[in-house]
Amino acid sequence: MPTIDVRGLRKVFKVPVRETGLRNSFRSLFHREHRMVEAVKGVDFSLEPGEIVGFLGPNGAGKTTTLKMLSGLLYPDGGEALVLGFRPERREAEFLRRVALIMGNRNSLQWDLPVADSLELRRAIYEVDRSDFEKRKDAYVELLDVGELVTKPVRNLSLGERMKVEILASLLPHPQVLFLDEPTIGLDITMQKRIREFVAAYAADTGASVLLTSHYMADVTALAERVIVIHQGNILFDGDLAGLSDRFTAHKTIAVAVSGELGSLESMGRVVEQDTFKAVLEVARDEVAAVAARLLAENAVIDLSIEDPPIEDVIEKAFAIGDAQEAERAEETQQ
Amino acid sequence: MRKLVAVYAAEMKFAVANQMQYRWAAFFQLIGFLIEPVVYLVVWRTVAESGGPIGGYGVAEFTSYYIVWTLVRNMNLALAPGSWDYWIQSGRISNDLMHPVPIFHRQLAAFAGFKFVWIFLWFPVAAGLSLIFKPDLSPTLLQGLVFFVAIWLGYLIRFSLLFLMGLVSFWTTRAQALIEIVIGAELLLSGRLVPLAVMPDWVERLAGWLPFQWTFQYPIEVLIGQLDTEEIFVGLGTQFLWGGILIGAIVVTWRSAIKRYTAVGS
Repeated sequence: MPTIDVRGLRKVFKVPVRETGLRNSFRSLFHREHRMVEAVKGVDFSLEPGEIVGFLGPNGAGKTTTLKMLSGLLYPDGGEALVLGFRPERREAEFLRRVALIMGNRNSLQWDLPVADSLELRRAIYEVDRSDFEKRKDAYVELLDVGELVTKPVRNLSLGERMKVEILASLLPHPQVLFLDEPTIGLDITMQKRIREFVAAYAADTGASVLLTSHYMADVTALAERVIVIHQGNILFDGDLAGLSDRFTAHKTIAVAVSGELGSLESMGRVVEQDTFKAVLEVARDEVAAVAARLLAENAVIDLSIEDPPIEDVIEKAFAIGDAQEAERAEETQQ
Repeated sequence: MRKLVAVYAAEMKFAVANQMQYRWAAFFQLIGFLIEPVVYLVVWRTVAESGGPIGGYGVAEFTSYYIVWTLVRNMNLALAPGSWDYWIQSGRISNDLMHPVPIFHRQLAAFAGFKFVWIFLWFPVAAGLSLIFKPDLSPTLLQGLVFFVAIWLGYLIRFSLLFLMGLVSFWTTRAQALIEIVIGAELLLSGRLVPLAVMPDWVERLAGWLPFQWTFQYPIEVLIGQLDTEEIFVGLGTQFLWGGILIGAIVVTWRSAIKRYTAVGS
């Protein structure tokens, strides 16, 4: 049975609209205008226990709205979601005890008190057994290297330190589903890596399912084998990270280094860069084998590598395709 | 139920620690609160001294009334409903909504916890006021016991009323205007400004239909001996009734309010 099962989930926001100027301001006293914005347009997907899935999309794509519906913060306007067998919008205590929503750059701990006090309060709220609490706390404190931080007031912690203790506090009750919304935003590379490693260790240890949104592709590639790409409220792609390139890019990159002089490569593909001894080519996927063979046959090759384009480029391409599809849909609706 | 009691105990402990962090701020806040009753006390004592008792209140009764007032005011302090605007607009409320214990319980427990610090700080101030104004207070055991229950019920009623007003912020983020009206009505109709017996009859009758006096005047009158035994128990029953009505209203309103939350800003 999937941990998360989403069928036709929708969310529509009613947004007030008003032209600028005093006249319009006066008119709005008597007549208010609104526009309905469909942020999530009937999405379907599911997550199995223990699965870590990257949830990708540009700003305003509907990822955070979806996460908030799945965590019970937002009431959906259509469709159905089941998380651990619960309907999130009912916000049952047992459901809230078993899920966690961690938002980067957000503080949920008491600002003025030492972290340890907030952890103790959380223990009571989540009814965590004392010995389990102590064991988990010790283990997580060590994994995240926050031993010295737990006795400090939250207000004295840096952003990265705060994020580490936020994650520690959220995971103490051992949630079975984690919704991570930009958990590493604003953090330096070392801190990002530490948090990624901690989340991966937690998921492996507890079998928790993780749905992760992040604009840092390093988070996604390090943690998730599967990605869901959402764009303007629709799901564009749901599958393996590796399959994302196949689906959205028609080419691969070949990097070649030779001992002699490289000749003209124009006929083999798009030349991204070239100097006397090395070059990078963008080659259509179905021609990769032939081009590689030609390069090996015609040159004294020292090194040759074939790679998918960088994941950031693939995602950008996917969003561009999504934009085009949305424009087509809008045109069809108008006709 | 035992688990909820554990949460209340933890929240109260946490609230005490939080207040202790800023003990001087709490103390000066308390001094600020005391200016209001001292002004009322001085004014009404002067009126009673020159014109005689009004509505059964003479110098001694006014003195006792406003000295007990200071304790009752500390006891029924609760969350400012205007805070909801900010919590909702900033999305800060999302953190609290993700916890398995409802915000109502957590806030009720937190403000109950704050009182232990405030009352600890209130003792020397109350002693000072008593030395200056010399109230005539000699409550019976029954009055003392009922007062203890009544100040907590008064807190529950006032907290619930303010919580209910705070929920209006789910419909409009400019609920402050409505809140000001209710707070103004409370000032006049609760016995906070002046005992209701001093007000015109129609005001007293109007106040009888509203919850305000059960948070202020009723506990004070119990302790200073203005009520007979029957009035004491009728009052206690009325407090329970108002508590039930307001909690019921919160449960119903919350169900609709939470569906309107857009979690913007978080």
